[in-house]
Amino acid sequence: MWDDLIQMFSYPFMTRALIVGILVSLCAAVLGVTLVLKRYSMIGDGLSHVGFGALAVAAAFHIAPLYLAIPVVFVAALVLLRISENSKIKGDAAIALFSTSALAIGVMIVSMTSGMNADLNNYMFGSILAMSEEDVRLSVILTLAVLVLYVLFYHKIFAVTFDETFAKATGVKVELYRTVLAFLIAITIVLGMRMMGALLISSLIIFPALTAMRVCKDFKSVIICSLILAMVSFTLGLALSYFLATPTGASIVVVDMVFFLFFFIAGRKQG
Amino acid sequence: MALITCKNLSFAYENQLVIDNLSFEVKTGEYLCIVGENGTGKTTLMKGLLALKKPTKGEILTGDGLRADQIGYLPQQTPSQKDFPASVMEVVLSGCLNKKSFSPFYSKEDKEKAKANMELLGIWDKKKECYKDLSGGYKQRVLLARALCATSKMLLLDEPTTGLDPVAIIDFYETLRELNRKHGITVIMVSHDIKEAVKQADHVLHLTQDSYFFGTTKEYIKSNLGKEFLGGYENVG
Repeated sequence: MWDDLIQMFSYPFMTRALIVGILVSLCAAVLGVTLVLKRYSMIGDGLSHVGFGALAVAAAFHIAPLYLAIPVVFVAALVLLRISENSKIKGDAAIALFSTSALAIGVMIVSMTSGMNADLNNYMFGSILAMSEEDVRLSVILTLAVLVLYVLFYHKIFAVTFDETFAKATGVKVELYRTVLAFLIAITIVLGMRMMGALLISSLIIFPALTAMRVCKDFKSVIICSLILAMVSFTLGLALSYFLATPTGASIVVVDMVFFLFFFIAGRKQG
Repeated sequence: MALITCKNLSFAYENQLVIDNLSFEVKTGEYLCIVGENGTGKTTLMKGLLALKKPTKGEILTGDGLRADQIGYLPQQTPSQKDFPASVMEVVLSGCLNKKSFSPFYSKEDKEKAKANMELLGIWDKKKECYKDLSGGYKQRVLLARALCATSKMLLLDEPTTGLDPVAIIDFYETLRELNRKHGITVIMVSHDIKEAVKQADHVLHLTQDSYFFGTTKEYIKSNLGKEFLGGYENVG
């Protein structure tokens, strides 16, 4: 068993996947707490499809994928986060609208140009092999930036998440924090897509938060608990996928699911 | 100089006039109750006072050194707060954010202020408890403590007794009265309960579809509008 583990990390791509994966999981976990509490759980799913559309366009026009996908997803996140209960198209409908439209555009462009190549396939279903040395460097910088920004804005994010009207009334710049949040989400989703795939990225966002909320009673402990859960389930999922030769994304979700069930039962017993 | 002066205020949504030419003022230490039926613009006026919505005409002036972000607001509870994992301390502290827009952390001063307000409202021993597990009455106390962290001058409450049981309502009104009388905090409360409002407040602003009444509670009880709405309920005050 121990030898197997050592052998697993003797592949450079596995080490790369582990580093980037853990960092992306941590970002997704902290942002997920806010998104789940704000009833935006599906936003990750919607944005990953937008990301897919953007990547298809980038591939067709030979633009570096991340440089196009991050701004596009950022704009989409900003629009989706702004849509409140009072707008003409409700939040959940708007997410569905964005996600299917972007997917359709992506598929159209792909079929008109190169056809479904391996690269796009990876974005759809995820692959740990897709990471280059350069990707790793960029991912590490961006995810660290997300985590630092989150710590700096932690109390404001709490206030805005808990009670937006009160925060606004007392002069907290709600718009600014919403923009920061959209930016952080966009980076996390685009980076996470490569590994988890557009279809499964939202699991990184919602599972740790939901699982932590089963047993934790205050905001800070929910955040810390979901960080730990994110790290552990990513590592276990990666190992699982290595030993069983299953897709990484799906393996991580299965581990997440087991944790969720376990915490769910624990939470019930706690009362 | 009054704490808040509203001059010839009008509010409109997409050219639909909700409030037309409204004038009133609130002085330091007063207790004003804003009443009126649904659709008469209570919530809109509230948003105006909080500077969340700009009046289409007229102006809202603040005096006595009150800044627009120094109004302690007690909003109605939102559905997402029902399962929000937050301790009482975390919620109360979040009221301190308006003063320091740059510092990412709470200062010692903030924590002391939160403590003082929690002690004032008798919830200091519940500081570690989960907000969502508290009873309705205690939830309101937590939100009051948070509002007091944002202000020491004025509270603005939006239908604060909605969903509380009768004992908690009496208790809540008593707390408010104490804050008003003992600590000199100006109170503006939006309520649909006219009879209770008359008992609590010293001034009444009654909004109707096409006009309004503003004056002291005694004047209100004698006015035609007051008589009509209180319906023979004159032995109060």
